[in-house]
Order: sequence, then C-alpha cells, then structure tokens
Amino acid sequence: METTELIINGESRELEADSRVTLLDALRNHLGLTGTKKGCDHGQCGACTVIINDRRVNSCLTLACMHDQDEITTIEGLGDPGNLSPLQSAFVSHDGFQCGYCTPGQICSATAMIKEAEAGWPSFVSETLEGSEQLSDEEISERMSGNLCRCAAYPNIVNAIREVAERKS
Amino acid sequence: MKPFTYARAADSADATAQAAKDATIIAGGTNLLDLMKLEVMSPDKLVDINRLELSQIEPTDNGGLRIGALVTNSDCAADQRVRSDYPVLARAILAGASGQLRNKATTGGNLCQRTRCYYFYDTAMPCNKREPGSGCQAMNGFNRIHAILGASDACIATYPGDMAVAMTALKATVEIEDKKGKSRNVPIEDFHLLPGDHPEKDNILESGDLITAVILPPPVKAAHIYRKVRDRASYAFALCSVAAVITMESDKIASASIAFGGLAHKPWRDRDVEKLLEGKAPSADLFAKAADMLLADAEGHGSNDFKIPLTRRVLISVLKEATSPGAAS
Repeated sequence: METTELIINGESRELEADSRVTLLDALRNHLGLTGTKKGCDHGQCGACTVIINDRRVNSCLTLACMHDQDEITTIEGLGDPGNLSPLQSAFVSHDGFQCGYCTPGQICSATAMIKEAEAGWPSFVSETLEGSEQLSDEEISERMSGNLCRCAAYPNIVNAIREVAERKS
Repeated sequence: MKPFTYARAADSADATAQAAKDATIIAGGTNLLDLMKLEVMSPDKLVDINRLELSQIEPTDNGGLRIGALVTNSDCAADQRVRSDYPVLARAILAGASGQLRNKATTGGNLCQRTRCYYFYDTAMPCNKREPGSGCQAMNGFNRIHAILGASDACIATYPGDMAVAMTALKATVEIEDKKGKSRNVPIEDFHLLPGDHPEKDNILESGDLITAVILPPPVKAAHIYRKVRDRASYAFALCSVAAVITMESDKIASASIAFGGLAHKPWRDRDVEKLLEGKAPSADLFAKAADMLLADAEGHGSNDFKIPLTRRVLISVLKEATSPGAAS
C-alpha cells in the first residue's frame, strides 16, 4: 500500500491504495469523484483527461502514487451547476455533446488546451512554429485529437471551444 | 496488472542502483503502464525517476542543446530554441500522439517506447520480441504497419516514434549514466538496434543504465522538413515518415541528413543515399536514383507491400520541397 497526498481541486486528500491504482481509479473509486470518466483505459480516448499541475493528461495512464502533492483539477473543480465555467456553459449553449460521456474529458482538455495556445504553443497544423496562430477550426481539431466522441458531436464541440477561445483573445 | 513494488528514486545513482537490481524505470509511463495493464510487461519493481533534476533544456559549450531526459515532449516542442534552430524536431514531436500524451511523455522515455506490433500487444499470440523463441505471427499475418527495411526472420516490428527520427536526422547523441555513475554518449543512430536474432532487445541500454539527456549538435541552417504519412490526419503512428535536414550551395545539395520512421526496427538512415545526393544539382532523375538506392533491399510481407512505393513517393516529394528555392527552414 502506498500513502499519497493529492491536492484535488484545491483540497488536500490522503489516499491509501495499492501501487497499481491509476490516478483515474483513485479519483473514481477511492475518492468519490466520478466526474472523470473511464473510456478505453489505454490513453486513446481522452475521457479520463484531468489537469495535473496545469497540464492536461490522461489519468488512466499514470499511477496515483506518482503524484504525491501534485495539484489535480478535475471537472468537479472547474465549475458547479450554479456556476459553470465558460467552457461548460459554451458546451451547453452549443449542444456540444449527445450522450455526454466524453464531455468531462473534453472540457478539461479544452480548458488546458486554450492555455497552451495562449502560451504560444504551435501545433502540427500550424503554418509556422512561431505560435501566433488563431485557434481556427483546423487548429482546434488537431489540438483536441486526443479526445474522442463516439456520438461524433465534433462540430458543436469545436463551436463551443472556438467561442470561448475567441472571447479570451 | 501484476503487483509490483514502487519506489521513488532519490537521485540518479539511486535510480541506476535500483535499475541494476531489476527495477524498471518509469518516467512519463504512458507506454509502460499501458503494457503493464495488458501484462505484456510485468515488472516486479518500479523506480520512479520523475522527481530527478533532468527537466532542463540547456545550451552546450559548443553551441548545441542538451535536452534533459525528463523534458516532456510538449516542453521540448514549445522551447523557442528548438522551434527556431531545430524545427524538424519540433515538427516531429507535434506530429506524434495527442496533447495529453505529449504533456506526460518524456524525452528519455520516448526513445524507449516499444513497438505497436499487434502481435507484441496480444499475449495470446507468439511473439519473439515479447517471448523469445516463440515465433512471429506478423510475418504471415496482419502486417500493414510493419518493417520493410532491416527486418529479420525473427521480427518485422517497427520502432513507432517520431521524435527519434528527427533526432537521427539532426545527428543527436544520447547521454547515458550507468550503474557505476559513469556517463557515456552514444550516437542516436547506434542507440536502437535491428532485430536480428534478438528482437527482445530494442536498444543498447544495459541493466542499470539511465538515459540522462539527448544532446543536439550546433544547429544547421538548412531546410528542415518532417513529413508523416499515416492512416488518420492526427493521433496515429507513421506508416512512413521522413525527417530531412538539407543544405544547398550554388544550386547544389551541399549536405543531406535524412532519417525515416515507420519502416524499420529503428529510425532508418542510409549514408549511401545521403552521399549520392551531396554535391549534385537536384533533379527528378537524382531523386529517383536516391529512392532506388534506399529501397534496393526493401521487402514487403503482404499487407505492408504498399510501403515500398509509398516511401519512394514520400522521399521524392520531400527532396523536391527541401531543394526548391525558399524551402522551409
């Protein structure tokens, strides 16, 4: 058993769990935070995306015990029903989902992705590597390619993300 | 996943000492944990190196760049020096995986990622890489993603990455610390191995070795191109990729350094092809000869036969782009 302190959504949580427990399983099964979803459990679908120390990662592909004292933001930490984050609100107004299973991962991923773009990170489809790209639909699709939506709500997901990215810039 | 003990390395000496006693080093873990879930790999001990001081990108004395083994793929591709002086590397990294994975994947770990051969991943199947001597099902099975160059009767798996392909074209070296604390530098071209009779060995790392950095030589003002062909527009491994660093002088190719991904058990570089190109004026005839030379010994295994004409076309296209006036740099 490993004892790990995780700072989740600003709150210190102590976890005592087997070394094999992924961060995803720790959140869902040990800490009661079921907003983060398990899709493929192999880092391919992005449903489990959370933000660790300001970076979006697949929580299924990292062990909880590797994250002692790391700061983790889950969908529960981005907003709540009475106080939605800008992306949560945009997903609702643009109907950026159908079944909603991939949505927490999409929103965590997009929240961090917009910050990456603001920091000037280029992407594979960027014309130059200078990082002055606007978040065009092509840029959003490329940067969000680690989040799959089996309902294929992609057009509205892109619309929701673009609206928030444009409002910010 | 099989049970394992977990320990965090206090420093690099601790990491190499534990690794010498059969612990498997974990950094980003994005490939290792996936393989552990499938029980393709089942280490008894993990040693976590994530808190070691290996996350810096620093200039070297001779004007190159030293990329620490724990620099994430994201940080490497976003680094201003990498973007302006080694664009082929930034492009190659951005061509690989997804944003989430690049945030976790590290420079050292990426070099050590395992093949994506379907049979290697399927523990119900024989595989000489996973279980030496058990046989190879890919040879006469589904082998769309498999090697056309440098394969052996034992294994036709490919090295799947993009980053190392660009680093090969850049003539990088891998800095390795051994269990005695001694550091050695290995040209990246010699780091990965061809499968031969021992496909279970992906690279030259020995028990107790720890990759501490990748060192890039001083930048070359050149056309830097990374071209990747894959089954999806994004987030897919290369069927064929080409990293090219090519300089021109008086309308002739002065130097050419070209590496290929998705074709072999390692990033593939053919010095004869580079020598053929150097000192000559670019022409369709020259490029065709270069492709002939590269693929003279290429061998398909059925579903990957298409890679031979594909690689030919991709190489010719990249050479045209790299030698045309105003080529990207």
